[in-house]
Amino acid sequence: MSQLHIKSNVNGDDVEFLCEPEETLLEVLRDRLNLTGSKEGCGTGDCGACSVTMNGKLVCSCLVLGVEADNSKINTIEGMADGDKLHPLQQKFLDHAALQCGICTPGILVAAKALLEKNPSPSETEVRYWLAGNLCRCTGYDKIIRAVMDAAEEMRG
Amino acid sequence: MKYVAPSSAEEVSRILVGENGISKILAGGTDLLVQMKSGLIEPDLIVDIKKIPETKEIKSMDGGFRIGAAVSGSEVKDHTGLNRLVPGVVEALDLIGSTQIQGRCTMAGNLCNASPAADCVPALAAVEASANIVGPKGNRKCKIEEIPISPGKNSLKQGEFIVSIDIPDRPPHSSDAYLRFTPRTEMDIAVVSAAVALSLTKDGVCENARIVLGAVAPTILFVEDASETLIGTKLDEVSLQKMSDQCEAACNAISDKRGTISFRTEVSGVLAKRAAKIAYKRAGERS
Repeated sequence: MSQLHIKSNVNGDDVEFLCEPEETLLEVLRDRLNLTGSKEGCGTGDCGACSVTMNGKLVCSCLVLGVEADNSKINTIEGMADGDKLHPLQQKFLDHAALQCGICTPGILVAAKALLEKNPSPSETEVRYWLAGNLCRCTGYDKIIRAVMDAAEEMRG
Repeated sequence: MKYVAPSSAEEVSRILVGENGISKILAGGTDLLVQMKSGLIEPDLIVDIKKIPETKEIKSMDGGFRIGAAVSGSEVKDHTGLNRLVPGVVEALDLIGSTQIQGRCTMAGNLCNASPAADCVPALAAVEASANIVGPKGNRKCKIEEIPISPGKNSLKQGEFIVSIDIPDRPPHSSDAYLRFTPRTEMDIAVVSAAVALSLTKDGVCENARIVLGAVAPTILFVEDASETLIGTKLDEVSLQKMSDQCEAACNAISDKRGTISFRTEVSGVLAKRAAKIAYKRAGERS
Protein backbone atom coordinates (compact mmCIF):
# COMPACT_ATOMS: atom_id res chain seq x y z
CA MET A 1 0.00 0.00 0.00
CA SER A 2 1.31 3.41 -0.88
CA GLN A 3 1.52 6.19 1.62
CA LEU A 4 -1.49 8.36 2.24
CA HIS A 5 -1.53 12.12 1.84
CA ILE A 6 -2.90 13.79 4.97
CA LYS A 7 -3.78 17.43 5.57
CA SER A 8 -4.04 18.51 9.15
CA ASN A 9 -3.57 21.48 11.44
CA VAL A 10 -1.00 21.20 14.21
CA ASN A 11 -0.70 23.96 16.82
CA GLY A 12 -2.47 26.38 14.48
CA ASP A 13 -0.26 25.64 11.46
CA ASP A 14 -1.62 23.84 8.42
CA VAL A 15 0.56 20.82 7.70
CA GLU A 16 0.62 18.13 5.04
CA PHE A 17 2.39 14.82 5.34
CA LEU A 18 2.59 11.39 3.80
CA CYS A 19 2.27 8.40 6.11
CA GLU A 20 1.81 4.66 6.12
CA PRO A 21 -1.69 3.53 7.18
CA GLU A 22 -0.31 1.73 10.26
CA GLU A 23 1.72 4.69 11.53
CA THR A 24 0.42 6.22 14.73
CA LEU A 25 -0.16 9.93 15.18
CA LEU A 26 2.66 9.86 17.74
CA GLU A 27 5.07 8.47 15.13
CA VAL A 28 3.92 11.07 12.62
CA LEU A 29 4.39 13.91 15.11
CA ARG A 30 7.84 12.77 16.21
CA ASP A 31 9.35 11.25 13.06
CA ARG A 32 7.71 13.19 10.23
CA LEU A 33 6.88 16.58 11.74
CA ASN A 34 9.87 16.65 14.12
CA LEU A 35 7.64 17.52 17.07
CA THR A 36 9.42 15.37 19.63
CA GLY A 37 7.80 16.91 22.71
CA SER A 38 5.19 14.14 22.83
CA LYS A 39 6.89 11.07 24.29
CA GLU A 40 6.39 7.37 23.78
CA GLY A 41 6.21 5.65 27.16
CA CYS A 42 4.17 2.47 26.82
CA GLY A 43 2.74 2.80 23.31
CA THR A 44 -0.49 1.18 24.51
CA GLY A 45 -2.46 4.06 26.00
CA ASP A 46 -1.60 3.35 29.62
CA CYS A 47 0.95 6.06 30.52
CA GLY A 48 -0.28 9.27 28.89
CA ALA A 49 3.20 10.53 27.94
CA CYS A 50 2.02 10.99 24.34
CA SER A 51 -1.09 13.04 25.27
CA VAL A 52 -2.25 15.59 22.71
CA THR A 53 -5.63 17.10 21.95
CA MET A 54 -7.42 16.22 18.76
CA ASN A 55 -10.31 18.54 17.88
CA GLY A 56 -10.26 19.65 21.51
CA LYS A 57 -10.41 16.14 22.99
CA LEU A 58 -7.57 14.78 25.09
CA VAL A 59 -6.24 11.55 23.52
CA CYS A 60 -3.19 9.31 23.59
CA SER A 61 -1.51 9.95 20.23
CA CYS A 62 -0.10 6.39 20.32
CA LEU A 63 -3.70 5.13 20.02
CA VAL A 64 -4.59 7.30 17.02
CA LEU A 65 -3.53 6.52 13.47
CA GLY A 66 -1.77 9.30 11.60
CA VAL A 67 -4.34 8.99 8.82
CA GLU A 68 -7.11 9.78 11.31
CA ALA A 69 -5.58 13.24 11.74
CA ASP A 70 -6.86 14.16 8.28
CA ASN A 71 -8.85 17.41 8.47
CA SER A 72 -8.41 17.65 12.22
CA LYS A 73 -6.90 20.09 14.67
CA ILE A 74 -4.07 18.69 16.76
CA ASN A 75 -2.52 20.53 19.69
CA THR A 76 0.73 19.35 21.25
CA ILE A 77 3.09 20.56 23.97
CA GLU A 78 5.00 22.57 21.34
CA GLY A 79 1.99 24.88 21.01
CA MET A 80 1.62 25.54 24.72
CA ALA A 81 4.03 28.42 25.37
CA ASP A 82 3.39 31.75 23.66
CA GLY A 83 6.78 32.37 22.07
CA ASP A 84 9.21 32.72 24.98
CA LYS A 85 6.41 33.22 27.46
CA LEU A 86 5.59 30.02 29.30
CA HIS A 87 2.00 28.95 29.87
CA PRO A 88 1.03 29.42 33.56
CA LEU A 89 0.98 25.63 33.97
CA GLN A 90 4.54 25.36 32.66
CA GLN A 91 5.73 28.13 34.98
CA LYS A 92 4.02 26.55 37.98
CA PHE A 93 5.59 23.18 37.22
CA LEU A 94 8.99 24.90 37.44
CA ASP A 95 8.05 26.86 40.58
CA HIS A 96 6.81 23.74 42.37
CA ALA A 97 9.57 21.47 41.04
CA ALA A 98 6.79 19.24 39.72
CA LEU A 99 9.11 17.24 37.50
CA GLN A 100 12.27 15.23 37.81
CA CYS A 101 13.20 13.20 34.74
CA GLY A 102 10.64 15.05 32.65
CA ILE A 103 9.45 12.25 30.36
CA CYS A 104 5.87 12.42 31.62
CA THR A 105 5.81 16.23 31.84
CA PRO A 106 4.67 17.19 28.30
CA GLY A 107 1.75 14.76 28.50
CA ILE A 108 0.76 15.96 31.95
CA LEU A 109 0.90 19.62 30.89
CA VAL A 110 -1.27 18.94 27.83
CA ALA A 111 -3.73 16.94 29.95
CA ALA A 112 -3.85 19.57 32.70
CA LYS A 113 -4.44 22.34 30.14
CA ALA A 114 -7.36 20.37 28.70
CA LEU A 115 -8.81 20.01 32.22
CA LEU A 116 -8.55 23.73 33.02
CA GLU A 117 -10.19 24.65 29.73
CA LYS A 118 -13.14 22.41 30.63
CA ASN A 119 -13.18 23.14 34.34
CA PRO A 120 -11.29 26.24 35.53
CA SER A 121 -11.92 25.42 39.22
CA PRO A 122 -11.30 21.72 39.69
CA SER A 123 -11.10 20.20 43.17
CA GLU A 124 -7.96 18.27 44.09
CA THR A 125 -9.92 15.03 43.63
CA GLU A 126 -11.01 16.10 40.16
CA VAL A 127 -7.41 16.91 39.20
CA ARG A 128 -6.22 13.52 40.50
CA TYR A 129 -8.91 11.61 38.58
CA TRP A 130 -8.40 13.62 35.39
CA LEU A 131 -4.65 12.92 35.49
CA ALA A 132 -5.05 9.24 36.45
CA GLY A 133 -4.02 8.29 32.92
CA ASN A 134 -0.70 10.13 33.19
CA LEU A 135 1.89 8.04 34.95
CA CYS A 136 4.90 9.62 36.66
CA ARG A 137 7.51 7.37 38.25
CA CYS A 138 9.57 10.15 39.85
CA THR A 139 7.54 12.73 41.70
CA GLY A 140 4.93 10.79 43.63
CA TYR A 141 2.37 13.13 41.99
CA ASP A 142 1.93 15.48 44.94
CA LYS A 143 3.93 18.37 43.48
CA ILE A 144 2.19 17.91 40.14
CA ILE A 145 -1.22 18.25 41.75
CA ARG A 146 -0.10 21.32 43.72
CA ALA A 147 1.28 22.93 40.58
CA VAL A 148 -1.96 22.35 38.66
CA MET A 149 -4.08 23.69 41.53
CA ASP A 150 -1.86 26.76 41.81
CA ALA A 151 -1.91 27.38 38.05
CA ALA A 152 -5.70 27.06 38.04
CA GLU A 153 -5.93 29.69 40.76
CA GLU A 154 -3.63 32.06 38.91
CA MET A 155 -5.48 31.56 35.61
CA ARG A 156 -8.81 32.36 37.30
CA GLY A 157 -7.21 35.71 38.22
CA MET B 1 -2.24 -2.89 5.42
CA LYS B 2 -4.89 -0.79 3.74
CA TYR B 3 -6.90 1.97 5.36
CA VAL B 4 -10.29 3.17 4.12
CA ALA B 5 -12.80 5.61 5.60
CA PRO B 6 -16.10 5.25 3.69
CA SER B 7 -18.89 7.77 4.11
CA SER B 8 -21.83 5.34 4.22
CA ALA B 9 -22.66 2.23 6.23
CA GLU B 10 -23.60 0.25 3.12
CA GLU B 11 -20.21 0.99 1.59
CA VAL B 12 -18.48 -0.31 4.74
CA SER B 13 -20.42 -3.55 4.46
CA ARG B 14 -19.56 -3.91 0.76
CA ILE B 15 -15.86 -3.36 1.45
CA LEU B 16 -15.89 -5.86 4.34
CA VAL B 17 -17.51 -8.53 2.18
CA GLY B 18 -14.97 -7.94 -0.59
CA GLU B 19 -11.91 -8.33 1.66
CA ASN B 20 -10.34 -11.79 1.80
CA GLY B 21 -7.78 -11.03 4.50
CA ILE B 22 -8.31 -9.90 8.07
CA SER B 23 -10.39 -6.74 8.26
CA LYS B 24 -11.02 -4.67 11.35
CA ILE B 25 -13.41 -1.84 12.11
CA LEU B 26 -11.83 1.30 13.58
CA ALA B 27 -13.94 3.60 15.75
CA GLY B 28 -12.06 4.69 18.90
CA GLY B 29 -9.17 2.32 18.33
CA THR B 30 -8.46 1.91 22.05
CA ASP B 31 -8.58 -1.88 21.77
CA LEU B 32 -7.62 -2.26 18.09
CA LEU B 33 -4.39 -0.26 18.16
CA VAL B 34 -3.27 -1.99 21.37
CA GLN B 35 -3.91 -5.40 19.80
CA MET B 36 -2.00 -4.36 16.67
CA LYS B 37 0.90 -3.04 18.72
CA SER B 38 1.18 -6.28 20.68
CA GLY B 39 1.08 -8.32 17.47
CA LEU B 40 -2.12 -10.06 18.57
CA ILE B 41 -3.71 -9.17 15.23
CA GLU B 42 -2.25 -8.01 11.95
CA PRO B 43 -5.12 -6.66 9.88
CA ASP B 44 -4.93 -6.46 6.09
CA LEU B 45 -7.62 -3.82 6.07
CA ILE B 46 -8.78 -1.19 8.51
CA VAL B 47 -12.19 0.36 7.92
CA ASP B 48 -12.60 3.64 9.78
CA ILE B 49 -16.33 4.27 10.37
CA LYS B 50 -16.01 7.82 11.71
CA LYS B 51 -16.77 9.45 8.34
CA ILE B 52 -20.30 8.01 8.46
CA PRO B 53 -22.46 10.81 9.94
CA GLU B 54 -24.80 8.49 11.88
CA THR B 55 -21.88 6.94 13.82
CA LYS B 56 -21.01 10.33 15.31
CA GLU B 57 -24.40 11.43 16.66
CA ILE B 58 -26.51 10.97 19.77
CA LYS B 59 -30.12 11.24 18.56
CA SER B 60 -33.32 11.43 20.62
CA MET B 61 -35.78 8.70 19.64
CA ASP B 62 -39.25 8.36 21.19
CA GLY B 63 -37.92 9.24 24.64
CA GLY B 64 -34.88 7.02 24.21
CA PHE B 65 -31.59 7.60 22.42
CA ARG B 66 -29.67 6.27 19.44
CA ILE B 67 -25.94 6.45 20.11
CA GLY B 68 -23.63 6.26 17.10
CA ALA B 69 -20.96 3.56 17.14
CA ALA B 70 -18.15 6.14 17.08
CA VAL B 71 -19.51 8.38 19.86
CA SER B 72 -16.83 8.57 22.55
CA GLY B 73 -17.21 7.87 26.26
CA SER B 74 -16.69 11.51 27.16
CA GLU B 75 -19.50 12.60 24.81
CA VAL B 76 -21.88 10.16 26.52
CA LYS B 77 -20.76 11.36 29.95
CA ASP B 78 -21.48 14.99 29.01
CA HIS B 79 -24.96 14.19 27.62
CA THR B 80 -27.69 15.44 29.97
CA GLY B 81 -30.47 13.25 28.56
CA LEU B 82 -28.50 10.04 28.90
CA ASN B 83 -27.42 10.90 32.43
CA ARG B 84 -31.08 11.36 33.33
CA LEU B 85 -32.43 8.28 31.53
CA VAL B 86 -29.69 5.71 32.24
CA PRO B 87 -27.27 6.90 34.95
CA GLY B 88 -26.06 3.31 35.39
CA VAL B 89 -24.94 3.05 31.78
CA VAL B 90 -23.14 6.39 32.02
CA GLU B 91 -21.37 5.42 35.27
CA ALA B 92 -20.29 2.10 33.75
CA LEU B 93 -18.84 3.78 30.68
CA ASP B 94 -17.17 6.41 32.84
CA LEU B 95 -15.24 3.68 34.69
CA ILE B 96 -13.43 2.63 31.52
CA GLY B 97 -9.82 3.79 31.27
CA SER B 98 -8.38 7.26 31.69
CA THR B 99 -9.51 10.68 30.45
CA GLN B 100 -7.43 10.04 27.32
CA ILE B 101 -9.14 6.69 26.68
CA GLN B 102 -12.53 8.29 27.36
CA GLY B 103 -11.86 10.75 24.56
CA ARG B 104 -11.82 7.88 22.06
CA CYS B 105 -13.39 4.70 23.45
CA THR B 106 -16.89 3.72 22.32
CA MET B 107 -19.78 1.64 23.65
CA ALA B 108 -20.00 -0.33 20.42
CA GLY B 109 -16.30 -1.10 20.59
CA ASN B 110 -16.61 -2.26 24.18
CA LEU B 111 -19.44 -4.51 23.04
CA CYS B 112 -17.68 -5.96 19.96
CA ASN B 113 -14.44 -6.55 21.84
CA ALA B 114 -16.55 -9.11 23.75
CA SER B 115 -14.66 -9.13 27.02
CA PRO B 116 -16.77 -10.67 29.81
CA ALA B 117 -15.42 -7.84 32.01
CA ALA B 118 -16.50 -5.04 29.64
CA ASP B 119 -18.00 -2.36 31.88
CA CYS B 120 -20.73 -0.83 29.77
CA VAL B 121 -22.08 -4.13 28.39
CA PRO B 122 -23.93 -5.43 31.50
CA ALA B 123 -25.29 -1.91 32.01
CA LEU B 124 -26.57 -1.74 28.43
CA ALA B 125 -28.13 -5.20 28.68
CA ALA B 126 -29.86 -4.24 31.93
CA VAL B 127 -31.69 -1.36 30.24
CA GLU B 128 -32.63 -3.56 27.26
CA ALA B 129 -30.45 -1.71 24.77
CA SER B 130 -29.98 -3.13 21.29
CA ALA B 131 -27.43 -2.84 18.51
CA ASN B 132 -28.26 -1.69 14.97
CA ILE B 133 -26.25 -3.85 12.61
CA VAL B 134 -25.62 -3.17 8.94
CA GLY B 135 -24.59 -6.09 6.77
CA PRO B 136 -24.65 -7.54 3.26
CA LYS B 137 -28.19 -8.84 3.80
CA GLY B 138 -29.49 -5.49 5.01
CA ASN B 139 -30.03 -4.06 8.45
CA ARG B 140 -30.97 -5.94 11.59
CA LYS B 141 -31.39 -5.21 15.26
CA CYS B 142 -29.84 -7.43 17.91
CA LYS B 143 -30.15 -7.54 21.70
CA ILE B 144 -26.98 -6.48 23.48
CA GLU B 145 -26.61 -9.81 25.31
CA GLU B 146 -26.60 -11.69 22.00
CA ILE B 147 -23.52 -9.89 20.64
CA PRO B 148 -20.72 -11.36 22.81
CA ILE B 149 -20.54 -15.16 22.50
CA SER B 150 -17.24 -15.96 24.24
CA PRO B 151 -14.20 -13.99 25.45
CA GLY B 152 -13.00 -11.94 22.47
CA LYS B 153 -15.63 -13.34 20.05
CA ASN B 154 -18.84 -11.70 18.90
CA SER B 155 -21.80 -12.95 16.89
CA LEU B 156 -21.40 -10.52 13.95
CA LYS B 157 -21.25 -12.24 10.56
CA GLN B 158 -18.84 -11.54 7.70
CA GLY B 159 -19.54 -8.06 6.37
CA GLU B 160 -21.58 -6.94 9.37
CA PHE B 161 -20.79 -4.11 11.77
CA ILE B 162 -22.61 -2.13 14.45
CA VAL B 163 -23.59 1.34 13.31
CA SER B 164 -25.39 2.49 16.47
CA ILE B 165 -26.83 1.41 19.80
CA ASP B 166 -30.43 2.12 20.83
CA ILE B 167 -31.40 2.75 24.42
CA PRO B 168 -35.20 2.68 24.64
CA ASP B 169 -37.24 5.06 26.78
CA ARG B 170 -37.86 3.89 30.34
CA PRO B 171 -41.21 4.07 32.17
CA PRO B 172 -41.69 6.61 34.99
CA HIS B 173 -39.95 5.63 38.27
CA SER B 174 -37.29 3.64 36.44
CA SER B 175 -33.55 3.80 36.88
CA ASP B 176 -30.39 1.75 36.86
CA ALA B 177 -27.01 1.38 38.55
CA TYR B 178 -23.68 -0.29 37.87
CA LEU B 179 -21.01 -1.38 40.33
CA ARG B 180 -17.77 -3.23 39.85
CA PHE B 181 -15.07 -4.56 42.13
CA THR B 182 -11.46 -3.64 41.36
CA PRO B 183 -8.48 -3.64 43.71
CA ARG B 184 -7.69 -0.07 42.65
CA THR B 185 -9.98 2.96 42.51
CA GLU B 186 -9.20 3.82 38.85
CA MET B 187 -7.64 2.44 35.70
CA ASP B 188 -8.47 -1.20 36.27
CA ILE B 189 -10.52 -4.06 34.84
CA ALA B 190 -13.58 -5.43 36.64
CA VAL B 191 -12.97 -8.55 38.73
CA VAL B 192 -16.74 -8.80 39.14
CA SER B 193 -19.49 -6.39 38.11
CA ALA B 194 -23.25 -6.02 38.43
CA ALA B 195 -25.78 -3.86 36.60
CA VAL B 196 -29.35 -3.52 37.85
CA ALA B 197 -32.24 -1.75 36.11
CA LEU B 198 -35.57 -1.36 37.94
CA SER B 199 -39.01 0.04 37.21
CA LEU B 200 -41.25 0.83 40.15
CA THR B 201 -44.91 1.67 40.65
CA LYS B 202 -45.57 5.08 42.16
CA ASP B 203 -45.81 3.33 45.54
CA GLY B 204 -42.31 1.93 45.19
CA VAL B 205 -43.20 -1.66 44.31
CA CYS B 206 -40.81 -3.20 41.80
CA GLU B 207 -42.62 -3.87 38.51
CA ASN B 208 -39.72 -4.84 36.33
CA ALA B 209 -36.14 -5.80 37.12
CA ARG B 210 -33.11 -6.83 35.09
CA ILE B 211 -29.94 -7.97 36.80
CA VAL B 212 -26.88 -8.53 34.63
CA LEU B 213 -23.51 -9.73 35.95
CA GLY B 214 -20.10 -9.22 34.37
CA ALA B 215 -16.78 -11.10 34.63
CA VAL B 216 -18.31 -14.20 36.28
CA ALA B 217 -18.87 -16.26 33.10
CA PRO B 218 -17.50 -16.40 29.53
CA THR B 219 -20.05 -13.72 28.58
CA ILE B 220 -22.13 -11.26 30.55
CA LEU B 221 -24.93 -12.99 32.42
CA PHE B 222 -28.57 -11.91 32.54
CA VAL B 223 -29.87 -13.60 35.71
CA GLU B 224 -33.54 -14.11 35.02
CA ASP B 225 -34.64 -15.83 38.24
CA ALA B 226 -32.82 -13.28 40.41
CA SER B 227 -34.49 -10.49 38.44
CA GLU B 228 -37.95 -12.05 38.91
CA THR B 229 -37.35 -12.36 42.66
CA LEU B 230 -37.38 -8.58 42.99
CA ILE B 231 -40.65 -8.11 41.09
CA GLY B 232 -43.58 -7.37 43.40
CA THR B 233 -41.28 -6.43 46.29
CA LYS B 234 -39.98 -3.19 47.76
CA LEU B 235 -36.52 -4.75 47.93
CA ASP B 236 -36.87 -6.00 51.51
CA GLU B 237 -33.84 -7.78 53.00
CA VAL B 238 -35.30 -11.28 52.51
CA SER B 239 -35.92 -10.71 48.79
CA LEU B 240 -32.52 -9.09 48.34
CA GLN B 241 -30.81 -12.05 49.99
CA LYS B 242 -32.71 -14.51 47.81
CA MET B 243 -31.77 -12.49 44.71
CA SER B 244 -28.14 -12.43 45.83
CA ASP B 245 -28.12 -16.22 46.32
CA GLN B 246 -29.60 -16.68 42.85
CA CYS B 247 -26.87 -14.46 41.36
CA GLU B 248 -24.22 -16.57 43.08
CA ALA B 249 -25.83 -19.76 41.79
CA ALA B 250 -25.78 -18.42 38.23
CA CYS B 251 -22.03 -17.66 38.25
CA ASN B 252 -19.69 -19.73 36.13
CA ALA B 253 -16.50 -17.91 37.01
CA ILE B 254 -12.83 -18.72 36.56
CA SER B 255 -9.89 -18.25 38.90
CA ASP B 256 -7.13 -16.02 37.60
CA LYS B 257 -4.63 -13.49 38.92
CA ARG B 258 -7.41 -11.00 39.58
CA GLY B 259 -9.73 -13.21 41.62
CA THR B 260 -10.71 -16.75 42.53
CA ILE B 261 -13.94 -18.55 41.62
CA SER B 262 -15.25 -18.38 45.19
CA PHE B 263 -14.35 -14.70 45.58
CA ARG B 264 -15.97 -13.72 42.29
CA THR B 265 -19.08 -15.75 43.06
CA GLU B 266 -19.59 -14.26 46.51
CA VAL B 267 -18.89 -10.69 45.40
CA SER B 268 -21.39 -10.97 42.52
CA GLY B 269 -24.23 -11.30 45.03
CA VAL B 270 -22.91 -8.46 47.18
CA LEU B 271 -22.58 -6.09 44.20
CA ALA B 272 -26.01 -7.07 42.82
CA LYS B 273 -27.60 -6.20 46.17
CA ARG B 274 -25.79 -2.88 46.44
CA ALA B 275 -26.53 -1.93 42.83
CA ALA B 276 -30.20 -2.87 43.32
CA LYS B 277 -30.44 -0.53 46.32
CA ILE B 278 -28.88 2.33 44.35
CA ALA B 279 -31.15 1.73 41.34
CA TYR B 280 -34.18 1.56 43.67
CA LYS B 281 -33.33 4.91 45.27
CA ARG B 282 -32.73 6.52 41.87
CA ALA B 283 -35.94 5.10 40.43
CA GLY B 284 -37.95 6.48 43.35
CA GLU B 285 -36.52 9.95 42.72
CA ARG B 286 -37.24 9.90 38.98
CA SER B 287 -40.72 10.90 37.86
